[in-house]
Order: sequence, then structure tokens, then C-alpha cells
Amino acid sequence: MQLVRRFLPLVIGIYLLLFFGPLAGFDFFRIVGEIYNKPSLLLQQLINGLANGSIVAIVALGYTLVYGIIELVNFAHGDVFMLGAFMALTVIGATGVTETSTASEKLTAALLAGAAAIIFCGVINVIIERFAYRRLRNAPRLAPLISAIGVSFIVQNIGLFWGGLRSFFPIMGVNSAAPKAFPDLIGRVDVFKDWFGLDLPITLSTKELMVIVVAAALMVGLRLLVQYTKIGKAMRATAENRDAAKIMGIDIDRVISFTFLLGGALAGAAGLMFGLYNNTVVFTMGFTGGLRAFTSAVLGGIGNITGAMFGGILIGLLAAFSDQYFSSRWTNAWVFAILVTVMVFRPTGLMGENVGQKA
Amino acid sequence: MLELKDVHTYYGNIHALKGISLNVQKGEIVTLIGSNGAGKTTTLRTIQGLIHARHGSITLEGEELTKIPAHQVTMRGVSQSPEGRLIFPRMTVLENLEMGAFTRKDKDGIKSDLERVFTVFPRLKERIKQTGGTLSGGEQQMLAIGRALMANPRVLLLDEPSMGLAPILVEQIFNIIGELNKQGTTILLVEQNARMALSIAHRGYVLQTGTIRLQGSATNLQEDDEVRKTYLGEH
Repeated sequence: MQLVRRFLPLVIGIYLLLFFGPLAGFDFFRIVGEIYNKPSLLLQQLINGLANGSIVAIVALGYTLVYGIIELVNFAHGDVFMLGAFMALTVIGATGVTETSTASEKLTAALLAGAAAIIFCGVINVIIERFAYRRLRNAPRLAPLISAIGVSFIVQNIGLFWGGLRSFFPIMGVNSAAPKAFPDLIGRVDVFKDWFGLDLPITLSTKELMVIVVAAALMVGLRLLVQYTKIGKAMRATAENRDAAKIMGIDIDRVISFTFLLGGALAGAAGLMFGLYNNTVVFTMGFTGGLRAFTSAVLGGIGNITGAMFGGILIGLLAAFSDQYFSSRWTNAWVFAILVTVMVFRPTGLMGENVGQKA
Repeated sequence: MLELKDVHTYYGNIHALKGISLNVQKGEIVTLIGSNGAGKTTTLRTIQGLIHARHGSITLEGEELTKIPAHQVTMRGVSQSPEGRLIFPRMTVLENLEMGAFTRKDKDGIKSDLERVFTVFPRLKERIKQTGGTLSGGEQQMLAIGRALMANPRVLLLDEPSMGLAPILVEQIFNIIGELNKQGTTILLVEQNARMALSIAHRGYVLQTGTIRLQGSATNLQEDDEVRKTYLGEH
């Protein structure tokens, strides 16, 4: 009896999934068949998902860093990511580099664009905190949240305006709201075949390699910074207990500013990576991309850096899997269904933890 | 050394400290006793700058502390083991202690102070790699005091070091506090356990609903009828 009661929800869940899943693209037997017939496709989607997920993870880090330190869901973060992509596009446009330029010209342009996007987004994020959040730090939690939503709209409209400045930046194209073509500076060279001469049924293009390597480097760098540097320790101390951090002699205003700088810089880097990988940017990408990144942060356990990385990659893989085997129209629904399921069973997220002080 | 003159502190509209004046001389242990809600913790928080006094002045060796932010108060030589300990639960014992020395640049001094903390609290050395949250209550108290010592403060503020500890541990902690004082640390000690506090202090102040009701040497306070009745539980 006890056993039946325990597993009843699970049985009902599987039953519902098998019967109603197909309506949302989840047809268990068809999927098993497809994977059986062409297993390489699954591996291919793993690579795609890893690349997409890496970008999501970098954006998610910005949400989790800020939440960890001041318990604010910074809704404007996704839009700062969009500004990063726009800044990168603007700089690439200014350098005049095209897809036919030499490799070194492309590399210079990409590095310039990256530096510009990172600095720009970092500074913008610091300014946002200074003017929209700092004064509300001791206000009821809802106040800074509403402020963040407001900033999100403002930043999104700055993106819309920026996209319309075609007389200054011809690369923005004719229509301010339309998606903008982001020059393909990397190209799709198959690493396995063209670099190593391997003939595999799956491809790893230079683009995916770039995204995965850069994202991994950023994540490792961030981890080391938070774990070992003085400012990193100050961040952790401030996140754990603000009053105690003050007593230690930590200027928490500076630490919080630095956290926003770091989150913004990561968003800027992610903006460039997104542009180079997807070759199209649009002013609403901050909202959609931000939502997924926020979901990843929550899934991994918001406030937890490793959790955000893990959550981002998991969401990327899930989305790629859903695009391939379920139905791409339902991908967002599946992503959020998974989020809800995880939240029901583990409200703190997959890697979240409740560490309290004993009395 | 540390001097408070007519300090008034508010929480919103609540008038928590109604004109506190007290001083701590170099090398002393001064204790602040009083019942729950008398304003003992508020006094320490006001000295540290975690809340700011609306009127009055706080000075450390003549230097004004009243209006400056908390982290600068720490830099000027005030550190404390706060109410509720407020250790960093996810950081290791060593990291917690290192945070205590956050504002210091003298590497050798930090190292010798770390050794000193480990001599005073050998238990912390055994737990050096454990995270703060996994320590027992007594160990957390030791960590909070040790962390405050790592700042090498001119004045050490201790908020209820006996809170929630077994009697034998309380005695141990108070012995250590006395020992630290003999080594030259100036201490302002807030306690509900008036008997223990008065037994090691040089002087004391009795706080009642935000005002100083009595003051004097620890021996005089121990013999005061009112103190004996209200705070030492004698009849």
C-alpha cells in the first residue's frame, strides 16, 4: 500500500506523458525509433545543444551573481546581453570587415567587438545598479523587482532606437525593429573532417568550437576569481551576510558594483558570441534569451555559480533535443515544463542548498 | 579611548537609544549589561556604524566615528563578534578567519595573529578546512571571536559570547576573554549573563530601555542591591 501511494504520482505522470505528450510533440515510440535509426543525429544535437547552452549559461551567470549578492532578479540583464550584441555589431560594422576579409582582419574585428561589448555592458550594468537599484536596497523586495522590469523596457527601447540609426551605422539595415544580419566572421569549417581528417557522421564546426571554448574559459575564469581573489572572497562574504561583511571592513557598495560589472561583462561577451554563432540579432533577443537564461539559473539553483553553468547547458541540450525530436514550436513549453517539475520536487534548484547557521 | 556622548539611535520611529554616554579606557574590559531589548546590541551596532546615530557623537581616540560607513569604522580599529555570530556558513574556517583580516595589508602580522587565534582556540585549527555552517554552536562562537581578533582591533566588541552555550563552554569562553584582555586587547562586552560579565570586567554599565541606569566599577555593581535583585537573580 505504502509503495503504491509513493509511486502513484509517477505512474500518473508517465501515463499522462504517453497519452497527451504526442499533442506537444512528445511521441515516445517515434522518438525511440528515430534515435535507433539514426543515432548520430542525437550526438549532433548534443553538440548543438552544448553550444547554445554555453551561451545561455554565460548569460545565466549574470542573473545568478546578482541574485546571489542582493537577492534581486535583475530582469534587465537579458536586455544588457542584447546591447552587447548590438555593440559588437556596431563595432564590426565600423571596422568594415566582411565575410571575405582575411582571417587576421576578422580576428582583429572580433576581438575589438568583444572588448567593446564587454566594457560597454559592464559599465551599463554598473550604471543601472547605481541609479535603479541601490536606493531600493532596503526597500520591500517588490520595489527593486518592478524597477528592474522598468529598466528592462527602457533598455529594450534603447536597442530599438539603436537599431534605427542606419545613417550612422549602415550595418543596422533599413528597419529598426527587424532582425539584423551579423557578419559570419568564423564560418563553418568542420573541425573533425578538415582539421583532423576524420570522417565522422557528425560535425563540429569552428563556430561551435569557438562558443564552447570561450564559454568554458569564461566559466573557469569566473570560478577562480570568486574562489581565490580578494574581491571574489569579498563577493562571497557579502552574499552570505551583508552585515558581517561590513564588520569585516568590506565596502559592500563597491563589491555590489563590481558584481554588476562582472555580470555585465559576461553578458557583453555572450552578446558577441550569440551574434557570431547565430548570425542574426534583434532587439527582442534580450527578452527571449534572458528568460531562458533566468530559467537556467533557477533550474541550477539561483545564487549558485556552478548551478547556473550546469542549468544553462542542460537547458541548451533540452532545447536542442526538443527541436529535433519533439517539435520546435513546443520547445519553450517543454523547457518550462521541466523547470516546473524540478521546482516541485526541489524548490532550491538542482544544485541549490539551504545552509543555515545553527543557533 | 572609545567614547560615546549622548548617542540617540532610532529604528524608523522607534527611539532605541535615548542618549547613551559611556567610555572604554585602553586595556579595560567594560561590560554592558541589561535585559532583553534594553539596547545593548543596538549600542554595538551604532558604534560599528551598521546603524547611524541620529544625535550624539562616537569617537575612538579622538577620531570621529559617528557618520562614517561601517567598513571605515572597521579600518579605524573597531571589530566585533556580532549578535548571532554571523559567521560565513559556506566558507571554511580558514576563509572566515582570513575575512577578519580583510582590511589589513601586513602579511606577517596576519600570519602571527592567525597563529595566536589557533593557540587560543585549538579547536578551530582542527576544523580549519570545515565550512563554518558545519561547526557546533560553541565552535561558531569561537570562530566569531577569532575572526574579530584577526582584525587586530584597537577595541574589540563582543555581543553575547555566552549565548546558547553550555555552562562549561561559557566558562571557557570567559576565561579566554579575560586572557585576551591580559594580552592587551581593549574589550567592550555585552552580556545578559551579568554574573559572568561582572566577574571579568573592570567596569560596567547597566542599560535599561535605551538609557544608562547605573554605572561603576564591576565590584560596586556586583554589590549594588538593584543589580543583585534584577540582574543577578538574588533576593
